[in-house]
Amino acid sequence: MAKDEFKEFKLVGTRPDRPDGLDKVTGRARYGADISAPGMLWGAVVRSPHAHARIVKIDASKALAMDGVKAVVTRADFPTGLTGDAWNLQENTMAGERALYDGHAVAAVAAISKTLAEDAARLVEVEYEILPHVTDVDEAMAEGAPVIREGAADATVPEGMHPNVVKYMEFGRGDIEAGFAEADLVKEHTFKTEAAHQGYIEPHACLGQLGEDGKGEMWVCTQGQWYIRKMCADVLGLDGAQLRVTPSEIGGGFGGKTTIFMEPLPLALSKKTGGRPVKIVMSRSEVLRATGPTASASMDVKIGMKKDGTITAGRAEFRMQGGAFPGAPVDMALYCAFAGYNVPNLEHVGYDVLANRPKCAAYRAPGSPMAAFAVESLVDELCRELGLDPLEVRMKNAVKSGDQASYGPKFGSIGLVETLEATVAHPNLQAELGPNQGRGVAVGYWFNHSGETSVSMAISEDGTAQVSVGTPDIGGSRASIALMTAETLGIPYEDVRVNVVETGALGVNEPTHGSRATFASGKAAVEAARQAIGEMCRRAAKEWGIEPEAVEWVDGAAQPAGPNAGEFPPMTIAEIAGKMGSTGGPISGHHESVPEGVGASFGAHVVDVEVDPETGRTTILRYLVVQDAGRAIHPAYVEGQYQGGAAQGIGWALNEEYIYDDQGRLQNPVFLDYRVPVASDLPMIDTVIVEVPNPGHPYGVRGVGETGITPPLPAIANAIQDAVGVRVRQLPISPPRLLAALKAKG
Amino acid sequence: MQYHTPASFEEAAALAAGAKGTTRFLAGGTDVLVQLRAGMVIPDDLIDLKRIPGVSDITRTDDGGWRIGVAVSGAQLGAHAELVADWPGVVEGMELVGSTQVQGRATLTGNLCNGSPAADSVPGLVAACASVEITGPDSSRTVAVQDVPQGPGKTCLKPGEVISALILPPRGKNAGDAYLRFIPRTEMDIAVVGCAVSLRLDGDTIKEARVSLGAVAPTVLLVDAASEAITGTTLDDAALDALAAAASAACNPIDDKRGTVAFRTEVAGVLAKRAAKIAYTRAKGA
Amino acid sequence: MSKIHVTTKVNGDTVEFLADPRETLLDCLRDRLGLTGSKEGCGTGDCGACSVTLDGTLVCSCLVLGAEVQGREIGTIEGMGGDDTLHPLQRKFIEHAALQCGFCTPGFLVAGKALLEKNPNPTEEEVRYWLAGNLCRCTGYDKIVRAVMDAAAEMRGEAA
Repeated sequence: MAKDEFKEFKLVGTRPDRPDGLDKVTGRARYGADISAPGMLWGAVVRSPHAHARIVKIDASKALAMDGVKAVVTRADFPTGLTGDAWNLQENTMAGERALYDGHAVAAVAAISKTLAEDAARLVEVEYEILPHVTDVDEAMAEGAPVIREGAADATVPEGMHPNVVKYMEFGRGDIEAGFAEADLVKEHTFKTEAAHQGYIEPHACLGQLGEDGKGEMWVCTQGQWYIRKMCADVLGLDGAQLRVTPSEIGGGFGGKTTIFMEPLPLALSKKTGGRPVKIVMSRSEVLRATGPTASASMDVKIGMKKDGTITAGRAEFRMQGGAFPGAPVDMALYCAFAGYNVPNLEHVGYDVLANRPKCAAYRAPGSPMAAFAVESLVDELCRELGLDPLEVRMKNAVKSGDQASYGPKFGSIGLVETLEATVAHPNLQAELGPNQGRGVAVGYWFNHSGETSVSMAISEDGTAQVSVGTPDIGGSRASIALMTAETLGIPYEDVRVNVVETGALGVNEPTHGSRATFASGKAAVEAARQAIGEMCRRAAKEWGIEPEAVEWVDGAAQPAGPNAGEFPPMTIAEIAGKMGSTGGPISGHHESVPEGVGASFGAHVVDVEVDPETGRTTILRYLVVQDAGRAIHPAYVEGQYQGGAAQGIGWALNEEYIYDDQGRLQNPVFLDYRVPVASDLPMIDTVIVEVPNPGHPYGVRGVGETGITPPLPAIANAIQDAVGVRVRQLPISPPRLLAALKAKG
Repeated sequence: MQYHTPASFEEAAALAAGAKGTTRFLAGGTDVLVQLRAGMVIPDDLIDLKRIPGVSDITRTDDGGWRIGVAVSGAQLGAHAELVADWPGVVEGMELVGSTQVQGRATLTGNLCNGSPAADSVPGLVAACASVEITGPDSSRTVAVQDVPQGPGKTCLKPGEVISALILPPRGKNAGDAYLRFIPRTEMDIAVVGCAVSLRLDGDTIKEARVSLGAVAPTVLLVDAASEAITGTTLDDAALDALAAAASAACNPIDDKRGTVAFRTEVAGVLAKRAAKIAYTRAKGA
Repeated sequence: MSKIHVTTKVNGDTVEFLADPRETLLDCLRDRLGLTGSKEGCGTGDCGACSVTLDGTLVCSCLVLGAEVQGREIGTIEGMGGDDTLHPLQRKFIEHAALQCGFCTPGFLVAGKALLEKNPNPTEEEVRYWLAGNLCRCTGYDKIVRAVMDAAAEMRGEAA
């Protein structure tokens, strides 16, 4: 579908107030910790202070003896015999024989107040036998490294590798040796990135109640209530349909709230207290120690380039640790590594490695930022050495619609070329740079995702419409879904209410992840609206005594499709709805599917930095995000995604990192030392929304949430080299690291 | 935990002296509450000093110096134009502690008593020759600020003793002070290195100087060699280089999550130069 | 341990509650008084989500004990403006899409209001430094800063 096939829209592309705006500026929106229940108890979790230790004995007698303490649970209270991912989730929820990382839960307590629960948790006595530990990915796969878990490797891992390597992959195309031979310049370097946390401001919170009859209720901050339901049911041995999960408003997630950490514990404690509701709210240090950051990575990249900028071959070998469980996103990282380039000869090798760290979770384009840091940094180094313009080189090698992607499939409609063109044209590229200032560019990619989607919509008696979606609104999706529904129905935006509903109200929905809410729930809402329109046309046809096919829907009303259909004045949605009771009953629409037609999104970032050569501190002077949105349904929230992604990438590049001491204890589990960017660290973040409509979506939507975190990591490294002439291949490029590099250069 | 609200420092000292377990004094609370919430220090007795008359006052002393109450917040200091004119370095050190919100609560005395080698307000006080009045269960005494910290988390206060006021000397003429710190972000971090310089001029020549460093040793340092490096000079390039060298030489830092030994040592010299230039400019303008 | 009886004013209303001496003002607002608009993001004064005013001064309510507020006056997000009486900052936050998840929003609004009362004409840099203790992980701050500047302009009577 070409751009000009899209008609002018009345609502799509406008910037109305978000439907939940008033709730969120007045403080009445209810997040995870904001709900209490009659008879409620508070829970607190006992956590391992050791990176790796055998749990010899847990003695909760002192805690249980306290007045007001109602229950203690340990792994002994969980069902046995789980396998695969269910076992991994259970083991991470509550340690079994061994604590596998600093912060790993070993027991939980319920009491009549929060203070009492915390006091009781401190009185639970746990005897540990400390075991050797490892937290670095390269050390974890080296000979002699402590084994985190025997037998965790899957069939992909070749013989002879360390047992901590639990997954191995390789793929490629062409002949890479021939490709490197063809190049005028071949460069190869190792790059490292540290784990970064999603850093959502709302800590995990969950209110759960579970009876002896196996029926349970949960109020929880999550990106996906059905994922919570399935995972909790698996871990606790419950029937999924007996567990009803209501998502609260969510205070940020970025992938980190697509899985469970402590959420089964309120249920387990509730069951042990005769079904009393139990609330657990994590502290910030629990969030940082025991919920999933992203993986840390060690990456070897080799690229060959001709003098004219043509990339002839590329090789990427990525090693990632995602904590004490399988699941580092090494596959996604490899798929994204060369996704922006048409390179005939490629080789990818990946290792998923266990280490004594918390179980990693998804974080905005999981794997892609690390891959971009390695590949886009090295491409920049090649451009510098060959005297080539980095944007021209990216344009020269850019993938286009229909090209075979580096990871196999053919690209559908993509907008990398349009994105690069818009980047080159932006005035930021003409801004003058002073001493110790530099400019860096980089490109990023994310596939985007669809997933199981179920949406219902119903017309009210007055002709307004309600839409029930299963994807929590994490950044304005109520607004975008309402816009698309209203556009389709031909009614005002204000006449649509979008509700995020509990698990009992719809079929299974995947979480709000993979940049899918506006794409998948939006597409399903449009389909549901079209179904309702069909029904309303039938009602009008019946009243007029003509064939339903002779009725069309225009601007929120049924009307005869042409002069031959008959002469009737348009019948509005309100008129049709007003008599629904006598014309056949409720009017609604429903759609469920795994929507096809996901549109991938490329972005290009340009950053100007200034480095203080005496202290190694980097200041962001100017920042530009250019990204293909397909079509921006609500442009303000698309810009918001671009800006937020860039800010997170800037934090990861400059200051955010997991710091472990030699005992394997996390040294910075507070926002004081886990340094996310603050308002005074950043300039305004300029955005350009490129619109190459996605033909797979009725309004051309591509997911926009994730790509934006990817380019900042290499773009900043590239800008720093431009400013002060040193190349830093390890993140974060913190002042001590950069100053050391500057001193080494002399 | 028992929460007390004594009406005088004598009462506070008596409460503390009579307490059996862990005791903490509450002024701004920005350290005490964090430790309480984290379960690091749960005092048996918490003695809130804010109900004692005068603790929120900033008053000019008879000799032209300043007496600052123990509950005076950073925000109050920053809003006091005369104090800022006299001791801009002391005030800017305090104003760097935490956020706007923390500024509404945090106090100079609390920052000092927390005993952190990285406390932002302490180098400025040391450079300024500030002192504290201490009320004990039996007697009172006055101690120079540089003698209060005894190591990370440790102070010279004996059981039952409480700081009852902070005293800044008269500023005098042709003098200026400044404090700079290095942090990775622009706000909200603990100092990786801090440096305060206070000096007095005779014409263009530095007549006297005090240089103090934070976060580069177990306690805030008063670096005599650094002071000597610029005293008698016009803060020319040679003096600045000597100052930087002396500051770096005085460092005895650690590698930790906030910085490395090499980084702290290097940047101490850089900040000393920069702070000295600001103090010099202020002294010239005074 | 015995609880402490506290009488104080919240958003102009006299209220009473019993506080465990270890409970923070934030705990008391949320769990004793049902005012859950103030959020706990860190509990260490590093995120600003619990921002309130205490006798007119901006503070983190997680760094104040409930027992300390006897006889004081507290202002929270719930007192800033109802739907029909929104403060210009509240309106501008919606207009500029200055919130995504909205969790940090109450803290930003309370802090922003304190800024504009002190400084009706702040520069961008002043806004950014004043709000440096309010973390937002969603927006990159761009739209928040614009909303605050725009609200300030409107309150000064300047056309946006």
